[in-house]
Amino acid sequence: MRALDRKLLRDLWRIKGQAAAIAMVVAVGVLLQVMMSGMITSLEQTRATYYERYRLADVFAPVTRAPQKMLDRLADIPGVAAVEGRVQGGALVDMAGQDLPVRAQVLSLPEWRDPWLNDVYISEGQRPRAGRTDEILLLRAFADAHGLGLGDVLSATMYGSKRAFRIVGIAQSPEFLFTTAPGEFVPDDARFAVLWLNADALEAAYDMKGAFNEALLSLERGAELEPVLTAVDALLDRYGGLGAYGLEDQLSNRFLSEEIKGLTATSSAVPPIFMGVAAFLLYIVVSRMVSAEREQIGLIKAFGYTDTEVALHYFKLVVFIALAGALMGCLGGVWAGRGLAGLYQDIYHLPFLVFRVEPSSFATGIFISVLAAMVGGLSVLRQVFALTPAVAMRPPAPADYSRSGAITASLKSWLDQPSRMVLRRVMRNPGRVFGAVLGIAAGMGLSSAQMSVMSGFDEALDTTFSVIDRSDVTVTFFEQMPLKAAFDLAHMPGVIEVEPTRGVSAVLRYGTETYRGSVTGMVDGAHLSRAVDADHRDIPMPASGIVLAKSLADTLGVQAGDTVTVEVLQGRRPTLELRVARIADTLMGAPAYMNIDALNRAMGEPGRISGAFLRIDPDAYRAFFKEIKDVPSVAGVTRKNDARLAMKKLMDEGAGTMRYVMALIAGIITFGIVYNSARISFGEQSRDLASLRVMGFSQGEAAFILLGELALVVLIALPLGVLLGFGLSYLVAAGFSTDLYQIPTGFRADAFGIAGVAVVLAALISGWLVKREIEKVDLVATLKTRE
Amino acid sequence: MLDRNTIPQSATFRTRGLTKVYGEGAAAVHALRGVDLEIPEGEIVVLLGPSGSGKSTLLNIVGGLDRASDGEAWFQDQNLSEMSDRELTLYRRDHVGFVFQFYNLMPSLTAYENVELVTEIADNPMEVERALELVGLGERMNHFPAQMSGGEQQRVAIARAIAKNPTVLFCDEPTGALDSATGRAVLHVINDVNRELGATVMVVTHAAATAQMAHRVIHFADGQIRTVTENDTRLSPDEIAW
Ligand SMILES: Nc1ncnc2c1ncn2[C@@H]1O[C@H](COP(=O)(O)OP(=O)(O)OP(=O)(O)O)[C@@H](O)[C@H]1O
Ligand SMILES: [Mg+2]
Repeated sequence: MRALDRKLLRDLWRIKGQAAAIAMVVAVGVLLQVMMSGMITSLEQTRATYYERYRLADVFAPVTRAPQKMLDRLADIPGVAAVEGRVQGGALVDMAGQDLPVRAQVLSLPEWRDPWLNDVYISEGQRPRAGRTDEILLLRAFADAHGLGLGDVLSATMYGSKRAFRIVGIAQSPEFLFTTAPGEFVPDDARFAVLWLNADALEAAYDMKGAFNEALLSLERGAELEPVLTAVDALLDRYGGLGAYGLEDQLSNRFLSEEIKGLTATSSAVPPIFMGVAAFLLYIVVSRMVSAEREQIGLIKAFGYTDTEVALHYFKLVVFIALAGALMGCLGGVWAGRGLAGLYQDIYHLPFLVFRVEPSSFATGIFISVLAAMVGGLSVLRQVFALTPAVAMRPPAPADYSRSGAITASLKSWLDQPSRMVLRRVMRNPGRVFGAVLGIAAGMGLSSAQMSVMSGFDEALDTTFSVIDRSDVTVTFFEQMPLKAAFDLAHMPGVIEVEPTRGVSAVLRYGTETYRGSVTGMVDGAHLSRAVDADHRDIPMPASGIVLAKSLADTLGVQAGDTVTVEVLQGRRPTLELRVARIADTLMGAPAYMNIDALNRAMGEPGRISGAFLRIDPDAYRAFFKEIKDVPSVAGVTRKNDARLAMKKLMDEGAGTMRYVMALIAGIITFGIVYNSARISFGEQSRDLASLRVMGFSQGEAAFILLGELALVVLIALPLGVLLGFGLSYLVAAGFSTDLYQIPTGFRADAFGIAGVAVVLAALISGWLVKREIEKVDLVATLKTRE
Repeated sequence: MLDRNTIPQSATFRTRGLTKVYGEGAAAVHALRGVDLEIPEGEIVVLLGPSGSGKSTLLNIVGGLDRASDGEAWFQDQNLSEMSDRELTLYRRDHVGFVFQFYNLMPSLTAYENVELVTEIADNPMEVERALELVGLGERMNHFPAQMSGGEQQRVAIARAIAKNPTVLFCDEPTGALDSATGRAVLHVINDVNRELGATVMVVTHAAATAQMAHRVIHFADGQIRTVTENDTRLSPDEIAW
């Protein structure tokens, strides 16, 4: 081995602690990158495979009641590959020991064959046997949430009649990765059930003999969606077609898409920030490391080694560290990704999830790390190469203290000798201090931005469920009801206040953008459920026009004053042109609000409501639920706390989980940089320290001089970190926001406080670690050799 | 007693008005103030002068480690002042052996490896072992600088300089930290390099007696040459009074 390479290995061994800390910073940056991009690739591929294997439809066409023969007509539409008709309906499932019945969707399964479209994966048991009307398949997510298993009996009310069913199979379906009760926007496994019955049984229950109320269509490869939708709507119109829609608008798929989109946004916004910070730290650390080698560089050059040879030597060192870190990150990313894959498989109710990483994301991680290391090395090498070997070889010219002398002289009265030394060192070498300050500030910025986003999640929950929605319970009716239904609710036990509301499903269009959602009609002076502006003040509903949530406005690309097209999918299905009166600052969901009277007028159905928000005496809950259970018009009752918990769970388990992982990584990076700063300045000054010790300074005093600098650096870095963190928090929050929820930004004292404490803690630990090194320093050896 | 070698026709080094100024303005230090010098090939030249008089500075410039502020320095027929960094690198690599005033060993390399660092890029080096044996360190080859005394480190530095069989050898106080016996041994080695390889040698020293083994003695003061004397008779290192 060449002598230079041996030097390399020994140097590496000497700085192993520091090298490990640098590699660690790089590793976690790469880990995050690899893990997240792998997660996205894996989810997308798994979704595609799952959909294909279980033949998920491309088009869903709900209809009131269409005869079977229409299926052939649908199959004749150009571009349609396969058609399946089924019966589906709502039901209420009675769960033993629960106050509230659970809403359910019931679906028909062909009796004698596998479904052509929307097949199910039976994870336990079997399909209902042909001819059995009391056997059901139950969605696994719901079964798991309630501890139901094969052989258990479930009692459900369909179309007004209550019957008992035996669970013969537990199923998973690509159609129901997420289940959301109608009228709610948060999916919740426990509060919505999906049941499959034999077609015969279901047709009987819903009075659909020889008919279907939902057609499923798959498209030929390359076929266009829009013409098919138009053709389907034309065919089904006279049977009460409710508007065909594509897979893209299917609820569960939309949710998963949102999750993937959220992950993608997070992963395209956040890991690059982390990688950027890690790369920057690597740059700073490497450049300081190489500066410390200045004399040796001069010496090697004096022997006649060329600049290229010297640069190569140092590149080997820094690239080795960067590469080791990047490789660790790749391995760690795959390992963490595999770990998370299991979690995600559960959350997204997938029967399988194969974690796979695109090679390009390894390449990106490695490339960025190595590049940052090389740039860091090169920036210093260039400076050293500009010096003649004679100059490079001698220790940097004895410092000029004359400038700092005046300042420190004035401080003399209240600073002791070691403190003055700390101050002089810092003032003598502002560049080095500046690098350390920037590095620590970057780490702190990352941590505080991450913490801001964490507390932003909580604020989003609080705002939505305490400020915007002040009700305790939401009641939803099966069909629209006269206003009188609200007064009936007011007479039920414990009800303090009732605020009627009307929701209609609708497609909103602006330009080429469309959004399939709903419009909520609000009464004048609504205050249980409100639309609010950024300061949480009520937005009064205009007599005409519509108020859009910010996320919806962004999706459609509209601003206040624009006119949107609203195609209502219910009743007489009017198409409305509505001026956007205001944009509401809603953090969750993507609601659109109108004045309830204006909505009803447009529908031609005056005085109609579809539900109500209620305030209820907490002591009367049980009595209220007991009574409301028996009101036949009530489709569902949602306790706000359940919705809040479901939302929290979703944010904690879905794309939002990443915030915990990232907070951890931000913490590691911050610690890495603080430790490195301490370790490097120890390396740079070990000789001076040894001299001090020889001159009679105690270990404590020597440590003070070194650690005093660290303390000063941290002190300067803290406010800078707050600034950086404030800026970064906007980027990170945008990365975490999805259509479902927006993360509010703003200055969060708690987040910056925690991040600041973390930095100080990291500094204390680093200081302690370095102090132990100071105690180990071999005075004689340090003074004998010139490093 | 040694006979004085015939003066070669060509000079290895020539300088004209060589000037070196460190710093600027009021703080400027004039380390060299117009040095005119001619050093014939194959000579041993000793530089004497008080501390701070510019000896190391001169050595650094003719050794290709530093650049002059003004004036010219020639190595054979090459103008060092006009060379690019690359050419200077090649000059050092192919011709120069340097013993630095402060040894400048690589702390993370053993004595052997410190020498090897230079022989690896030399055209016609001697065995690393031999170089170390010449300075009496055959036994300490695998020690790190931190495990050696100052004099031993100095000898490693000398072994490192001669191991490449240099055309020109610069020694900045090579015997400063040595006792008389080892000092003599080191001077012997330097003498041998001069005699056997025909290397031109420049030695800076504070030990005036060392001048007795030189062909030529240059007295330096205040950045200028005061006197140049040629020794008619040279003493061998053994004869020098320490
Ligand atoms: N890099 C530098 N910057 C500023 N001044 C310098 C520098 N190097 C040398 N000097 C000054 O130049 C003058 C000559 O220095 P040089 O090292 O050549 O002296 P020297 O004769 O070798 O002294 P010594 O015998 O003490 O080694 C001295 O006054 C020194 O302070
Ligand atoms: Mg000198």
